[in-house]
Amino acid sequence: MPVTLASLAPGQRGIVSGYAQDDAFTQRLMQLGLIEGSEVEVLRCAPTGDPIEVRVMGYALSLRRSEAALIEMDEVR
Amino acid sequence: MASAPAKRPVLVTIGNPNTGKSTLFNALTGLKQRVGNFPGVTVEHVVGTLALSCGEVDVVDLPGTYSLSAQSPDEMVTVDVLLGRVAEVGRPDAVLLIVDATNLRRNLFLASQVLEIGLPVVIALNMMDLCETQGVRLDLARLGAALGVPVVPIAAAQGTGLDALRAELARAVAGEGRISPLRINPALRSAATELAAELEARGVPAAPPEIERALVDEQGYAERRLTERAGGELTARLQTVRQALSQGRSLATMEARDRYGWINGVVGAVEQREAREPGWRETLDRYLNHPVYGSIAFLLSMAIVFQSVFAWATPMMDLIEAGAGTLGDLVRSAMPDSLLRSFIIDGVIAGVGSVVVFLPQIVLLFAFIIVLEDSGYMSRAAFVVDRLMRWCGLSGQSFIPMLSSFACAVPGIMGTRVIGNPCDRLATILAAPFMTCSARLPVYALLIAAFVPQKTWFGGLLNLQGLVLLAFYLLGMVGAVFTAFLVNRIAFRGPRSRFLLEMPPYRMPQLRSVAVKLLARVRIFMKRAGTIIFAVALVIWSLASFPRVGGGDGQPAAAPAIADSYLGRMSRTVSPVFEPLGWDWKVTAAVIASFPAREVVIAVLGTLYAVEDADAGGEQRLVDRIKAAKRADGSPVYTLPMVLGLMVFYALCLQCISTLAVIKRETNSWRWPVTAWLYMTTLGYLGAFACFRFGSALSG
Repeated sequence: MPVTLASLAPGQRGIVSGYAQDDAFTQRLMQLGLIEGSEVEVLRCAPTGDPIEVRVMGYALSLRRSEAALIEMDEVR
Repeated sequence: MASAPAKRPVLVTIGNPNTGKSTLFNALTGLKQRVGNFPGVTVEHVVGTLALSCGEVDVVDLPGTYSLSAQSPDEMVTVDVLLGRVAEVGRPDAVLLIVDATNLRRNLFLASQVLEIGLPVVIALNMMDLCETQGVRLDLARLGAALGVPVVPIAAAQGTGLDALRAELARAVAGEGRISPLRINPALRSAATELAAELEARGVPAAPPEIERALVDEQGYAERRLTERAGGELTARLQTVRQALSQGRSLATMEARDRYGWINGVVGAVEQREAREPGWRETLDRYLNHPVYGSIAFLLSMAIVFQSVFAWATPMMDLIEAGAGTLGDLVRSAMPDSLLRSFIIDGVIAGVGSVVVFLPQIVLLFAFIIVLEDSGYMSRAAFVVDRLMRWCGLSGQSFIPMLSSFACAVPGIMGTRVIGNPCDRLATILAAPFMTCSARLPVYALLIAAFVPQKTWFGGLLNLQGLVLLAFYLLGMVGAVFTAFLVNRIAFRGPRSRFLLEMPPYRMPQLRSVAVKLLARVRIFMKRAGTIIFAVALVIWSLASFPRVGGGDGQPAAAPAIADSYLGRMSRTVSPVFEPLGWDWKVTAAVIASFPAREVVIAVLGTLYAVEDADAGGEQRLVDRIKAAKRADGSPVYTLPMVLGLMVFYALCLQCISTLAVIKRETNSWRWPVTAWLYMTTLGYLGAFACFRFGSALSG
């Protein structure tokens, strides 16, 4: 099982390595800058733990954990 | 074809959300704006007038978007307008592309797509003032050279750079603009051009950019529409072209990779970022998204919004109602009793009054929503509350519309525009009318005061009347959640609800920008909803005022007693339908008359029983009159089960012409107001029936 963006804790960062599926939604994620090779940092979680807020391409984006679970990550630190 | 009169040049504005696009549009066009819907879609477009040195230009403001990919007709409108396919707009003479200077990478994705369309483009590089504070330095000459079109630095909120922008726009509109030579994937464009020639030969004209979208956005709306026009064999042809172009991956993945590859090259050459200490924005974000402080801030801000639409608006609403009453009295004393006088007082003044009375709530609520949006807090609020709303079958962005529907569903439904997902938006629109609005409150108050006994426990801390009122608020919420669930899980098994939301940096809302946006939304309400509400108010007035009685012998004809009016006759005809709910014809008449606006029921009941009361020579309050109402056999009309059933009917039924008008407006189709009305009326009828029957059986 590859590591996904959903499993990163706030403060952790990593590089997008791929997607678990290929459809209109993952296309949207890619258009927002979550492409293979781009660095993503998890900034924080909502009070209930979901959704999460990440920094990518120099801006902040929030998405649900179920959506972040589609994004596979490398070089997590 | 006859030659059309000389048309004004058309300028189209496009950009990502949160780039200050509407602020710039308002700054350029001022209040010279009109709002319209494109045919067949729910997207509205605002057209403004911009005075340039070469004359006046029509500016069409497209909704904010992150890319030209389209999964629905709503999203396709952007592409169609750029390609000159929308008759209302015509072929654009130039495009004004708004780019956020502090967020260059993501903004350039859409920019690169728009530049490749082949129209003259002027780029307004907005938020230049924030670049300074964020330590971003840009080489504008190099950026302009890389993009191949003029780039004008501006700060729309402060109004700086607008003169230079106007000068550049005037050149573009006059035909001296530049078309970017950018081609990120030349192979894709030549394949699309080849396909376009093929389709043209078969009598299906299609522009290469449209075919590009059909190729890249697999099974997207562009492909669906193109195959509908060209026939099913095109699907296989598109697939062959895709396989030839892609290197084992989807074209969508390739597009994102290629565009961001180009973007990283451009931004790397023109942008320098100095590391800065975390500013107040970061600190604010830490607190506003904090599990404890964030929740408190959220509850506090919602309490203020709720308080304002409920309490602060009331004095102004009372003032408007009193004003309408005074105006009616003035007319009454100034004119002799006549059909015209009744028309002016009961039709025009009462009708217009019933619309205007919503204004204080709408103005206050929208002012708060616009300030929350402009400041950037709205996204944080949605972030904090998304989990809770998802449990109800909605998304975080549905929260404010649902909350404001406690005051009035009309601004609530108009507030659903912030919801990006069409399915979530529809669920919210259909759920909102269930929330207990301020018009239901007087109905509940009257019936509870009359029929629920005064009982208190714990030294007055709990009382039965208050608990019943609370139960009806809860009933409304249950209805809303049930409806949202129904829409999301059963009616639409389409794409699952998503929550992809940009968290824009905090900004100080600008008074002028807020005022212009507020005025625009208020105008929409007054113009569109107002005409429909007014028309229906006139119909009800006519039904209650005709046929005229008396007349002849020089005597003027007078209004009929309610029982003899068309309304009374109709009620007696249809009252068997409502007999199973325990209603007599008078209750039926009051309910029918209150379909345009539910609070009317009190006035109608007042009139109906006032006539009876006058005959008996009494001077009773309405509460006592309805308590005393008897059927022909001497049994009381208003039993507790019947009254509770009546309240359930009011809780679940969509008796509000303003809400119907707004649903029509916001969905741009009659399908949803009609569906909502039938659905809620059915629920109301069944609820009232169950309540009356069970209650009557229980009470023996």
